Amino acid sequence: MDFYFTREHEWIRIDGQVGIIGITAHAVEQLGDITFVELPLPGRKVKQAEVLCAIESVKAASDIYAPLSGKVIEVNELVENKPEIVNSSPEGEGWLVKVEIADPGEVKGLMNRDEYTLYLKGLS
Amino acid sequence: MVTLKTTPLMAEHTGFDARLAPFGGWLMPIQYDGILAEHRWCRESAALFDTCHMGQFLLQGEIAAAGIERLFSFRLDTIAVGRCRYGFLLNEQGGIVDDLTVYRLAADQLMVVVNAGPEEKDFAAIQAGLQGAAHGEDRTGRSAKLDLQGPLARDVLVQLFGAEIATIPFFGFRRLSLLGTDALVSRTGYTGELGFEIYCDNGVVVPLWRQLLEDGRVRPAGLGARDLLRLEMGYSLYGSDLDETTTPLEAGLERFVDFSRDFVGREALLRQQAAGLQRVRVAFRVDSRRTPRHGYGIFLRCEQVGMVTSGAFSPMLGCGIGMGYVTPAAAAIGTSLQVGQEGISLDATVVELPFYREGSLRK
Repeated sequence: MDFYFTREHEWIRIDGQVGIIGITAHAVEQLGDITFVELPLPGRKVKQAEVLCAIESVKAASDIYAPLSGKVIEVNELVENKPEIVNSSPEGEGWLVKVEIADPGEVKGLMNRDEYTLYLKGLS
Repeated sequence: MVTLKTTPLMAEHTGFDARLAPFGGWLMPIQYDGILAEHRWCRESAALFDTCHMGQFLLQGEIAAAGIERLFSFRLDTIAVGRCRYGFLLNEQGGIVDDLTVYRLAADQLMVVVNAGPEEKDFAAIQAGLQGAAHGEDRTGRSAKLDLQGPLARDVLVQLFGAEIATIPFFGFRRLSLLGTDALVSRTGYTGELGFEIYCDNGVVVPLWRQLLEDGRVRPAGLGARDLLRLEMGYSLYGSDLDETTTPLEAGLERFVDFSRDFVGREALLRQQAAGLQRVRVAFRVDSRRTPRHGYGIFLRCEQVGMVTSGAFSPMLGCGIGMGYVTPAAAAIGTSLQVGQEGISLDATVVELPFYREGSLRK
């Protein structure tokens, strides 16, 4: 299972046809305490880089973009009532959405972990 | 470029890895561990805030002869020595130049504590109004201030500085010796919790800050948590909820205005009272966890009736809360409203203040 990252600080963990999506520790650090997560409805189709869902923190409201095109097959209902889980475990329990990946070839537009780490260094 | 002022505690804040941001001309700590954790610490234990940025003026002279009574929305001469009173400086239109607290230090000595943003303007107005032998001194930046707020604040201060702290009444103060220097401690605050504001020399504020934080019940909190705490109490923030175009009548704060005597803005307020208000401050609860943001419109049956001036997610209520100004027809308790902007519409209900009623404020 491999993690890939976007420039907007989403991650996607790819397991065959299924991708699990969340936001990175860096995103969480920037947002501060997360107070609300608006999840998409299962069945919704999204294109790569389209708005997938929205997140609110004590500081701001932000859109979350789909790292890859696909169909939403499951959402993490736990974070609806306990959005603080995204803060405490952004790459684990605090995942947001599971998608059925439409085009695995789109992965070439994402960064692997080493590339993302370098990208973060470039931002600071 | 404007240079931001820093408080004597800046090195302490950076040592705690605080996130800093400009506020009222000062570079201030917004958060340390996290806004929600600091908010909770204040509601459950005791939170320490650096409030050295606030304006402090000393006024010396016989109050009746000083000619400054007119500048304040409330009487100065009836404040007992050892007590403080909250109110406003107004302009001739009745707009709020600042909200402030006046301490009666002695029969002929007042301390005025104001917001950082309008501080220079406030002092200029007071200075210009002083007559005769009375004189004013702007001590902003030269005298330090810390707020210790939370249900355990009194226990912490009693242990460090003695039982006298426990005798200070709500909106009262004492002059005490802290770390070998004269300090003033008042039972006041901006959080809705039992709390104290401590005024001391710049020279002792760093050791005082450290000594307070050595107590395991005390943790530092930034302006982010402070904003959340005050909003849960429905306290207005100057610059957001109050400004020079807003009167105390519109803000629902007329209890801090004494009409029985002359003051700047009185005629305008009486005219406004007679004509009826065009807009009033309301408090509302959002029906979800979503945050109403400053600047969102407020709508009644699809028609815009006002604007949001403060909003947050309230950890104590578990939902979004906010305040704003609306036409009086939309202000009745229980009115269903929508708040939002393009693409966002949150259902909300007008409620009474304060939002949060379990605070230790008067305990």
